[in-house]
Amino acid sequence: MDNLSQIEEFGNVLVRLGEKHRDLIVVDPDVSSSTKTLHFAEIFPDRFLNVGISEQDAVGIAAGLAASGKIPIVSGFSMFLVGRAWEQIANSVARSNLNVKIVATHAGLSPYADGGSHQMLWDVALMRLLPNLKVIVPADAVEASEALVAMIESKGPCYLRLGRSPIPVVYDECCSFQLGRAHLLRDGSDATIVANGIMVSMALEAAEALSLEGIDARVLDMHTVKPLDISSLEKAAFETGALVTAEEHSIIGGLGGAVSEAISEFNPVPVKKIGIDDAFGESSRSYPKLLEKFGLSTRSIMDAIKTIVKERK
Amino acid sequence: MPINSLINGISDRLGIPVDRLSRSVESLKDLKLIEYDESSELRSVELTGIGEILKRILIEGESLPEFLMVPTKSGLKPLGAVVKDVRKNILRMVAEAGSGHIGASFSTVEILCVLYFLKMKKDPKNPGWSERDLLILSKGHAAPALYAILSEAGYFPEIELLRLRELGSILQGHPDLRTPGVDFISGSLGQGLSAAIGFALAAKMDGSSRRIYVILGDGELNEGQIWEAALTASHLKLDNITTIIDRNYYQLSGETEKIKALDPLEDKWIAFGWEVFEAEGNDLKSLIRTLDASSLVKGKPSLVIAKTTKGKGVSFMEGNSFTNKAPSTAELSKAYEELT
Repeated sequence: MDNLSQIEEFGNVLVRLGEKHRDLIVVDPDVSSSTKTLHFAEIFPDRFLNVGISEQDAVGIAAGLAASGKIPIVSGFSMFLVGRAWEQIANSVARSNLNVKIVATHAGLSPYADGGSHQMLWDVALMRLLPNLKVIVPADAVEASEALVAMIESKGPCYLRLGRSPIPVVYDECCSFQLGRAHLLRDGSDATIVANGIMVSMALEAAEALSLEGIDARVLDMHTVKPLDISSLEKAAFETGALVTAEEHSIIGGLGGAVSEAISEFNPVPVKKIGIDDAFGESSRSYPKLLEKFGLSTRSIMDAIKTIVKERK
Repeated sequence: MPINSLINGISDRLGIPVDRLSRSVESLKDLKLIEYDESSELRSVELTGIGEILKRILIEGESLPEFLMVPTKSGLKPLGAVVKDVRKNILRMVAEAGSGHIGASFSTVEILCVLYFLKMKKDPKNPGWSERDLLILSKGHAAPALYAILSEAGYFPEIELLRLRELGSILQGHPDLRTPGVDFISGSLGQGLSAAIGFALAAKMDGSSRRIYVILGDGELNEGQIWEAALTASHLKLDNITTIIDRNYYQLSGETEKIKALDPLEDKWIAFGWEVFEAEGNDLKSLIRTLDASSLVKGKPSLVIAKTTKGKGVSFMEGNSFTNKAPSTAELSKAYEELT
């Protein structure tokens, strides 16, 4: 698989969207060269606002713009945008269901060299528990760009989570993205891997390798964590009897949490969660090595599937 | 000479220098505000009937703004009476609800009354009118004052006031968009000025002349986001924002200067690039003059530090004794007496 950067794609698609949607305004807490909103800034300087290093102010300004009928996109590092301005997102944006679009970059372990201060491992949990917010974690650059379009064209507040580093391409050209509708990437009957973000490509690799060992694993790209695609999950639980979730996020409260909550309500089947096991991040000079250290690998997914299949027998 | 007092009144009220007005005596004549005999070289200038009325509104009204007639749901009413009725309604509401911030509501009554009944472009029949001026009550705990005023202006029936903080009521404990006339949600301190910047930018982009008013509490200035926004608004030269600080010198646990000193407050905002005015915040005349002057500022946002008394209007409620409690029946009737 080739590697492509989600944020580069985001920066380019944003310019196209800027031409189409004249009410689209980008609010930037002084990180446009990192989030790639600088391309938009060059072409639409009148609709680009660098408010300085102040995420709380940025979110509040976006709320005022949205309440005036504009479509503001606030884009910043996930750790600081979601972490620092969480209460502003809750009180000034989500509570009034304002049409603010939050594009958080550098999520998960992707700012690998920067270390724990920059590695946001609980943003999906923080965002999905807010009423009115939709939460999207795309698998690759193609899905990120389609998700961005869908997000702009939907009404209400939305959170899009992007990684900093180039990641494997899962979708060749297009993925017919629909908010809240998971992609069935590989059918299978023994167990289902429910993944999002960078873990989708690993899930596909794991399923491929497992098939050589006689295990037939289904792969769901659960790009929308909220609203969760309950019917795909229900079907997977019914037809394959066991689930493994995989995400570049804490196993508390993220995709694994959301899936477990849902599955325990209607059709309890075993769920194993691959993700960061209640830990802070740390520096590494290599992204793959860091992922590996926290157990985010094709191997861990395979092991989890094998265990869960064995336990069931 | 009557013409001088008229011109002074216009100058004062609108903040236009007298010399610029004096030169347009001919236009005053064209407007049929004055008449004079050409042959007597302006020695016999007299106000016309309309001029006389205008003078009364501008000058006498200004000196006694309590008697200014303002539009309410029940027709024209003197502003002074509106202020009193609003305070009485706040008392009734908080007593009925069993909790609420009387002190913080009382200190801001005159500010809100001047804004809603004199300054702002608003239409109670069409709360969502796109050209209306906007008010963000960032010190959201003064919601009872806002609600009492919105009801007085005719945004919703007065009976709703007694449902403050009740389950299913349109009147939440803090401002919420489910209330007709509320322009922005608040209740979490420190967030209103940032939202105002968003509204102000959108207005400039759309070529709208609407003005955005924000009311901050002085205790609220402890919040860091206020100062982020203060920098942003001045950096962007947002002269369509007027911020008013309800400077009552108290916050929840005591005096602002003992908890986290704010003074010299004026210097801080000047240093942040704002045009700063001071007003007596429970004095209608002072507020009208200051807000008029502040709306003429160009190229930067303006700030009015409105010196108020927390609990203003009822002697035993002044200070910090009614931060978030309802009056007893005895206190209520005593307070009523004082307000009548």
